Amino acid sequence: MPAPIIEIHNLQKWYSGVHALKNVSLDIYPNEALGLVGDNGAGKSTLINILSGTQKPDGGEIKLEGQPVRFSNPRDAMDRGIETIYQYNSMVPTMTIARNVFIGREPLRFSIGGIGILDQEKMRSESVKAIADVDLHLRSPDALVGELSGGQRQGVAIARAMHFKSKVMILDEPTNHLSVKETNKVIGFVRGLKAQSVTGVFISHNMHHVFECCDRIVAMARGEIVLDKRISDTSIDEIHSVL
Amino acid sequence: MKRLMKIYLEKPELAAVVFLLLLLVVFQVRSNGVFLNPQNLRGMLGLLPEMGLVAIGVTLLMICGEFDLSVGSVFALTPMTMAVMLAAGVPFAPAFAAGLALAALIGFFNGFITIRFAIPSFITTLGMLFIARSLTVVISGGFPPVLPANSLPKWLFTVYVGPGELFRMSFFWFLAVAILVTVLLSRTNFGNWVRATGGFLPAAQSMGIPTARVKIACFMICSVLAGFAGTIQVMRLGAPLPSIGEGLELQAVSAAVIGGTSLLGGIGTIFGGIVGAALIRVIDNGLVLSQVDANWFKMAIGLLTIFAVVVNAWLRKRARAIKVET
Repeated sequence: MPAPIIEIHNLQKWYSGVHALKNVSLDIYPNEALGLVGDNGAGKSTLINILSGTQKPDGGEIKLEGQPVRFSNPRDAMDRGIETIYQYNSMVPTMTIARNVFIGREPLRFSIGGIGILDQEKMRSESVKAIADVDLHLRSPDALVGELSGGQRQGVAIARAMHFKSKVMILDEPTNHLSVKETNKVIGFVRGLKAQSVTGVFISHNMHHVFECCDRIVAMARGEIVLDKRISDTSIDEIHSVL
Repeated sequence: MKRLMKIYLEKPELAAVVFLLLLLVVFQVRSNGVFLNPQNLRGMLGLLPEMGLVAIGVTLLMICGEFDLSVGSVFALTPMTMAVMLAAGVPFAPAFAAGLALAALIGFFNGFITIRFAIPSFITTLGMLFIARSLTVVISGGFPPVLPANSLPKWLFTVYVGPGELFRMSFFWFLAVAILVTVLLSRTNFGNWVRATGGFLPAAQSMGIPTARVKIACFMICSVLAGFAGTIQVMRLGAPLPSIGEGLELQAVSAAVIGGTSLLGGIGTIFGGIVGAALIRVIDNGLVLSQVDANWFKMAIGLLTIFAVVVNAWLRKRARAIKVET
């Protein structure tokens, strides 16, 4: 087995008296698609928020490719190659696709003190290419994201993460509120990650979705990992019984 | 064709531009051709920069998702600070800079308090409206200070220039600021962050944009522009009155809204805000020239504000309904 890309060791988190993560340890291997399941309040969101830099752990350690890391904000995690795709909040509906793809990481023609003129040509051409790379076909990068369907939006978010060469992609409930057809599309994106050598962490309430696109499944309950098995060695019933 | 129509319907300033053109024609006819003669144009273009500069700042801030009700008071406080210093014998340049620095400080304070304590900017800046107005009256000592003769560089701000002396210098300052802020908003990464911050804050945050700093910067730009506009008015009038700019904050919000800026943030253009400001000036002037009782002015602005928002919402819905292949 290759060395893990992410090693989580004895992670702790409290929320004013509630022990949200109790000594959680987990290794994530390169190129695998890991499914993370659990009921509300099981601690999976806390774990993900720590990995993506939106929250800080109260104890424990995270190593990325063998190096200890401590993210103080989402940008830190993004710069190290960990990109998170949320159910809603990763796209600005009132902005165009090209602008959304490059939010916070705009290519500039020149800049003074970090502020500069956008290279709009590059933004348009590269966003078209990035979107085509995930097999999503949108004709114009100038369309507003607000006019895309939920599945198309997730596709653009995934294309964005790919474009910035993320090594680990965390998908936090990306299929919520999507139609069946759109859900299948998103599951297709997750399956495609492996071909692009991207490690995926897929969080979902829906066991069927996880079983369809993941290699390994980790179940959490009450702040602890209660099950960690290959998909082929377990069943939906077994997971329901431990949750 | 459909695509083109959709693009135009989606432009938030469309309704305001159509209105402006329409009103220009109506007033030109109603006033028997007086409205657009050089003499009257000169008057209107001389006043536009003051309201226009305030509208630019307020529009930018509203696109960023925040409000500033204190612009009218800053409009008075900035030149009053400058005037008090001039009266005390300080040269123009440092006095002018001190006034603008105070405006910037107020903008910073508005933004910092709003973000630090997570309160609506409506409240923060409503408080600042009273604070800055009170300060203005206090430092003036109740009487507007007498400005030393020739202490103001009128040649730089208020003299008439151009063909037929059509413009005041202030118009070119206004034009330069308008172009600068438009470029800042639509062509720079900072502008992208402003739109993202106002458009959908959680997304902007999750993409690592320093949203607090972006908002504070917008508050400061808005405040400085209001102070600059007030300073221009004082130079035009030649005397600093503590009461100038009263009610201006709401006119500026009207201008922004008429120009298609959304109250919820994320949507709007600087050009729209300017067109909104121009509309208000045109109505003010046009009503007088059409020999309508000038007291109808506020009625007209009120109706226009409501009407413009209704039309804008309708246009946006229509644009959305036009299906083009994405």
